[in-house]
Amino acid sequence: MTALPLEASLPRPGRPSLREWLDQRFRYWALAPTLVVLLALTVYPLIQLLRMSVSTVRFAEGRVIWIYSGLDNFRTFLTDSTFLAAMRNTLLFVIVVVACEMVLGLILALIASQTPRLAGLVRAILMIPILVPAIAIGTVWRLMYNFEFGIFNQVLRLFGLPPQNWTGSATFALPAVMVVDIWHWTAFIFLLMLAGIESLPIEPMEAARVDGASNWQLLRHVVLPLLRPTILVALMFRTIFAFKVFDEVFLLTGGGPGNATEVVSLYINRVFFAQSRMGYGAFLSIVTILLTAVFVVLYSRTVRRRSSAI
Amino acid sequence: MILTRRWSAVGSVVLALAALVTLVPFIFTFLNSIKYFKDIVTGALIFQPTLVNYDRLFFSKQSAFIVNTTNSLIIAVVSTTLVLAIATLGGYSLERFRWPRRFTGILAGWILLFHMIPGVTMVGPFYLMMRGLGLYDHVLGVILSHIVLNLPLSLWIVQSFLADLPVEMEEAARIDGASNLGTFLRVVVPLIAPGLAAVAILTFVFSWNEFLFALNLTTTKAATIPVGIAKFAQQYEVRYGEMSAAAFFATLPAVIFLTFAQRQIVKGLTLGALK
Repeated sequence: MTALPLEASLPRPGRPSLREWLDQRFRYWALAPTLVVLLALTVYPLIQLLRMSVSTVRFAEGRVIWIYSGLDNFRTFLTDSTFLAAMRNTLLFVIVVVACEMVLGLILALIASQTPRLAGLVRAILMIPILVPAIAIGTVWRLMYNFEFGIFNQVLRLFGLPPQNWTGSATFALPAVMVVDIWHWTAFIFLLMLAGIESLPIEPMEAARVDGASNWQLLRHVVLPLLRPTILVALMFRTIFAFKVFDEVFLLTGGGPGNATEVVSLYINRVFFAQSRMGYGAFLSIVTILLTAVFVVLYSRTVRRRSSAI
Repeated sequence: MILTRRWSAVGSVVLALAALVTLVPFIFTFLNSIKYFKDIVTGALIFQPTLVNYDRLFFSKQSAFIVNTTNSLIIAVVSTTLVLAIATLGGYSLERFRWPRRFTGILAGWILLFHMIPGVTMVGPFYLMMRGLGLYDHVLGVILSHIVLNLPLSLWIVQSFLADLPVEMEEAARIDGASNLGTFLRVVVPLIAPGLAAVAILTFVFSWNEFLFALNLTTTKAATIPVGIAKFAQQYEVRYGEMSAAAFFATLPAVIFLTFAQRQIVKGLTLGALK
């Protein structure tokens, strides 16, 4: 083989040192920890989950015993009315809280974008619930709803009305939990919307102004259409995360009274740990994962098709 | 959009009202935390303030709150350090080096899916895994779960800060003979420091707050503050004062971080959703 002249003029590379060899493969070992974590702590648990879902898992003298049970968990699922109730409660919960949070968050963001002097402080205060332990929030609201001294019953007594057992009544328990979630998460929508509004181009608004658009027309025909992508993404994220609700309900009502506030996460957790039915819990988990995946795919497809039609 | 002065005043009132509604539960809890039991249950507006609830919370013989606090701190600090290292390296590798399209596509989809599914679906296998590894009721078990729970958002934050960073400076460093690792440590890391601050703060806060995995992977030895608070609330004895004190204490990191790093927190939170 004849070497090309150019190559001959370059310093001949000797065997690369270990350090050079490692550095050339930087991208591999930089990504390696991420891949290891994902394989060990997401892929492996998911495989275990699949295995659990066709098994009965027992604990005997500290050992775990797996017994293959075929479609037993599936049969249990077909007649499980509690899961249905939990799913119904969760969907109702998601629809109500997300709708309220979207409307309130958007209105507050529109106002805040008009009053920049106040916006910074208000934003900091509104963000506190997002960063506080949900368990602390549950505790705080448990005291707020307390029969004896809770703030709501204090107000009722002030007007001579009978106090209510907010978290203990079948009528009020679910709405009471919803109020806490709206209080907790409206600020998240507010943040997303405010970021969206602040990054809007100024030209279309100026053009509309020059054409004599009123405030309402400006909002309806310029601002909201421009905000559409932000609104759709915020809607999806809040829907997905509201569906996960666990901590506050755990602390406020524990799913009760009866099944009044039973939600999917709470029920699966109960099946796993309070009832020690690891296999059936895994089956319900897989159903929930599939539902989440289907929702995300369908939602993104619909949104994309609608957007491209415009 | 410039509103008239009257509408602007109405807007300010609405915002102030929203801030007030947000604060009232915290004020109510703080006031209860410095009341004697009899003042709590009567809803007294005028009362003799006391620190007895905080004293009992931390120093009474039955209380495990100091153990809970120590565990929470260890778990949050270790998880944050590891997530920071893993996500910065991983995000850099994914964002700046050439990988097959299909590989990064599958990886991104998998991370998104994992971020979106309810955590409870993973807690069963985690429980079995930690029992198998002998990490049940051990801080390491909780740390492992907090690493994987916080990895998706952290990767996205790192990647989006890198995407906003022109690649020229890294190229210049390489031309000057810097190695890949040297470029990463001396050029890239300092330039995305604000993004790394966002990753660190959010991971710390989310780990400090996390309840579901901490609840199911611990009993007493490795229990964190949220687990401790939940146990308080479930006891038959009504210890409202200590409950209030614990809840108020647990909110402190959030308030401290919000005071010093509001901008990074907002950027991190909104990036996760608007990526």
